[in-house]
Amino acid sequence: MGDPADLTIAEAGRQLRDGGLTAAGLLDAVRRRASMTEAQLHAFLTIDAEGAAAAAERADAALARGEDLGPLHGIPVALKDNMVTRGVETTAGSRILAGWVPPYDATVVERLARGGAVIVGKTNMDEFAMGSSTENSAYGPTRNPWDPGRVPGGSSGGSASSVAVGSALGALGSDTGGSIRQPAALTGIVGMKPTYGLVSRYGLIAFASSLDQIGPFARTVEDAVGIFEVIAGHDPSDATSYRGPVPDARAGLAEGPEGLRVGVLRELSGEGNDPDVLEAFERTVDALAGAGATVTPMSLPSCADALNAYYLIAPAECSANLARFDGVRYGPRIGGDTVEQMMGATRRDGFGPEVTRRILVGTYALSAGYYDAFYGQAQKVRTLVVEDFRRAYADVDVLVCPTSPTTAFRVGERADDPLQMYLSDVATVPVNLSGDPGISVPVGVDRDGLPIGFQVIAPALGEAALVRAAAAVERLAAFDARPALATSEGAA
Amino acid sequence: MPIDIDLAYVARLARLDLTDEELASYEGQLQDILDYAARVQALPTEGVPPTSHPLPMRNAHRADEVEPTLDREEVLAQAPDRDGPFFRVPPFLEQ
Amino acid sequence: MSAWEAVIGVETHVELGTASKMFCGCPADTTAEPNTNVCPVCLGLPGALPVPNERAIEMTVAVGLALGCRIAADSEFSRKNYFYADLPKNYQISQFDLPLCLEGSLDVEVGEQTVAVGITRVHLEEDTGKSTHLGETGRIHEADAALIDFNRCGVPLMEVVTEPDMRTPEQARAYADELRAIVLALGVSDARLEEGSLRFDANVSVRPAGAEGLGVKVEVKNMNSLRSLQRALAHEIERQTALAEAGEPIAQETRHWDEAAGVTKPGRSKEQSSDYRYFPEPDLVPLHVGDEQRDRIAASLPELPAARRARYRGMGLDAGTARLVAEGDGLDEVFEEAAAAGADPQAAATWLTGEVVAHLRRTDARLGATPLDGAALAALLAMIDGGEVSATAAKAVLAGVLDGEGSPREVAEARDLMQIGDAGALEAAVDEALAAHPDEAGRLRDGDMKLIGFFVGRVMQATGGKADPRMVSDLIRGKATG
Ligand SMILES: [Mg+2]
Ligand SMILES: [Zn+2]
Repeated sequence: MGDPADLTIAEAGRQLRDGGLTAAGLLDAVRRRASMTEAQLHAFLTIDAEGAAAAAERADAALARGEDLGPLHGIPVALKDNMVTRGVETTAGSRILAGWVPPYDATVVERLARGGAVIVGKTNMDEFAMGSSTENSAYGPTRNPWDPGRVPGGSSGGSASSVAVGSALGALGSDTGGSIRQPAALTGIVGMKPTYGLVSRYGLIAFASSLDQIGPFARTVEDAVGIFEVIAGHDPSDATSYRGPVPDARAGLAEGPEGLRVGVLRELSGEGNDPDVLEAFERTVDALAGAGATVTPMSLPSCADALNAYYLIAPAECSANLARFDGVRYGPRIGGDTVEQMMGATRRDGFGPEVTRRILVGTYALSAGYYDAFYGQAQKVRTLVVEDFRRAYADVDVLVCPTSPTTAFRVGERADDPLQMYLSDVATVPVNLSGDPGISVPVGVDRDGLPIGFQVIAPALGEAALVRAAAAVERLAAFDARPALATSEGAA
Repeated sequence: MPIDIDLAYVARLARLDLTDEELASYEGQLQDILDYAARVQALPTEGVPPTSHPLPMRNAHRADEVEPTLDREEVLAQAPDRDGPFFRVPPFLEQ
Repeated sequence: MSAWEAVIGVETHVELGTASKMFCGCPADTTAEPNTNVCPVCLGLPGALPVPNERAIEMTVAVGLALGCRIAADSEFSRKNYFYADLPKNYQISQFDLPLCLEGSLDVEVGEQTVAVGITRVHLEEDTGKSTHLGETGRIHEADAALIDFNRCGVPLMEVVTEPDMRTPEQARAYADELRAIVLALGVSDARLEEGSLRFDANVSVRPAGAEGLGVKVEVKNMNSLRSLQRALAHEIERQTALAEAGEPIAQETRHWDEAAGVTKPGRSKEQSSDYRYFPEPDLVPLHVGDEQRDRIAASLPELPAARRARYRGMGLDAGTARLVAEGDGLDEVFEEAAAAGADPQAAATWLTGEVVAHLRRTDARLGATPLDGAALAALLAMIDGGEVSATAAKAVLAGVLDGEGSPREVAEARDLMQIGDAGALEAAVDEALAAHPDEAGRLRDGDMKLIGFFVGRVMQATGGKADPRMVSDLIRGKATG
């Protein structure tokens, strides 16, 4: 494979420093890949050709001067369209932000720029990150490069697709209930949700503030760590940003699984998963045990209820977070005789059905007379989830389960059944409630050749253990399948 | 257990100007979703405190210092309607 | 007949005098050019996040302590959700069930009476933007459009809520006045009423005098001065009492005070529900005020107005003068300096609250901007006492000092206002006067002592007012009897 678009970030970095590759050349390669695949995939909402070319030029100039800005220096990365970029349209996949050009950069965008990364464009997503298939984008769905008849997962489906197919070497997504890990699983790449608070949310268009976390997509665990290192760290502009040192995730790469205490999360690792998914998962767990890890089944009863609580907490927070989209200061406006009519019409027209549903659910759950029974109760259940995890980590270093109960489903298959769609997140949601980190690593394919993800979760700030287990899984699974569209034959 | 929802009231609170047909079509979906979510009500949570933040942090403050502001033209360029240095909107019904 | 009594609680919003806004670094200056003090946070741009201003929190704790509140070790911000074009996020970050300060009390003097007003809570929130309605009549519902300026949006607002402990508009006004004095003494706000730094809402109900329960509560909004607070309450109580006496129901509603018309009017809020859907602000972490921080703030509190007034009364001032000196803009400082420099406190206070304030009002000046200090005032009073200037001349000397012409002595000399205290020169002037009026002089010598006044007047006239009248009088008396 001679195409630089298929390189890992680590390998591309070596070649950039060797002089065997330039950032401009690497950008050309991923742009070629995008031009071959975008018509089928629609991973991007905006491609910033000019900005990317300028960034690549700067990266090359810095390398020529002997400056080394770190693991992303000269690397083309894609950005989910809910992270604001100064001067580049940012819509969060919603019509209500059509044409909005932000006057500021998200903290992660500043950090990527400081790290010499080349931002190639803004990726498609479920509107305001609400969805598990990227079908809820106001700008049309993104497809799965393994089979364009299927969804890439969501809500960060555009970022996942772009990395899987090679139109970026890495990407940022956001994960509120699994929106990084689930699409990573469905597109056969690595997706990581860091501990809540490790990556600044400043400039991330909020879905549910207490659950949202930005994290990396990459093709390897090592590459995901590289992106994590660039974007993590305290930000005084985010009051929920963690103030202590960033855990040394890289330390976990080299350590093997010998002696690692692995808990199999029983409530999420049995029935409810497709047989192929379960088989690949169990095979990997056995391999971990074979390589010297201690494997114990762990029961976390509250995980069975996490999804119910999530579907009250997330909508409640979103109902307030999305109140600011009112046609007064930015975005399109639908007229009216009074400002109240204008707001009502603008919001009715600007939000898609899933966002409208969640705003209604959240508004209801917070409203007078229902707060205690709905939102208040969900917050208490959240406490039960947190406590269950705490207890489990007394006995194990990490917990594991399948990332998604199924592989990629067909476009349209769950579009009319919100509850069925919500079940896609059953295994990913618990750690959004607890704030703990989680990662999905590809471990095999099902009978249709579609990738299967394996989820590792670890205690808060336990990124070293998380990466240690994930890297072991990656080595043991030796997953090397590539999506059809990533090859010239497939793209033709 | 059927959940009682005054959807027109909820839509008004959320400033969503939905038509009667839209309200009707959302009503059934909301019933299902809330029915599902309401299973949390069956869990024993007596004496359990609520969690609103995943990490136990407190007092993330800033010093009282002035920082740069945005350029007014850049801000108003994004407004759907403006009048000189102001954002312009239809008149308020409520006060 | 007054069979009804009013029950009044007051909510006061105070704009805090921080340098930057509550949750962002924009200047907390509402007078700048429209929409210049804005940033992603206070404009509610997508992705922006709030970070609380530490100084605003400390100011609120200070006010809470001054009002005798319990400072909550653990408190939090919540979102108060309602759609309003002036409120960019369409929720206000405020405090709900866990405010910073709780359960205080403030003693308010109304005439001879002291009323203890319970303080329910003191909490912190953010202000909204400001909209102006365009249109022929200026009436909101007839306007064509509204123009919004977000400079005020996000300015820290402290809200002080009382228990329904007041019974008359005068008590409510006195409470508001005392709260304003405290806010000024603590230096947490400029408390300029005409600029909206302090805004009052009140809850009012009426009940049969002496009854226990509460009547239907009406919220009255939009009062921007102490006077309008008092007027609005008087009007509202009258309105409710008339309804109650007629046996008609009182609607539970929000009414707006119309300053020009002098009446309260029902709000136009048809749709706006008060279902605010409060929940803990997930973008912010809980607040914690430790004992040490609380004690440090408590130790740094300045003398409060009530204590200061009591101290001034102890120095011999009457209650009215003590209040005037304590609350006048900068009068307290000059007063204390003058007393420390040996001036008689009552005399210093009388001059400050009389001549000094009158002169400042005439010249539209602030005391701090004039060169008058306590030492100068004390010097002037000493010159009066020592007979060096007459009381009349002293007023002119004071004006000169306030206008920057120099020290009292320099002004008196430059303006030729020093009294003639030289016995020889005065005797000559007395002799001249006696000689000029021989008839009267004769009658004086015959024992008509009423003529002393006549001759003092002549001498004063002849000396252009600079003679010390007491010395002149003594001299004339000596001539009459000698
Ligand atoms: Mg308030
Ligand atoms: Zn600001």
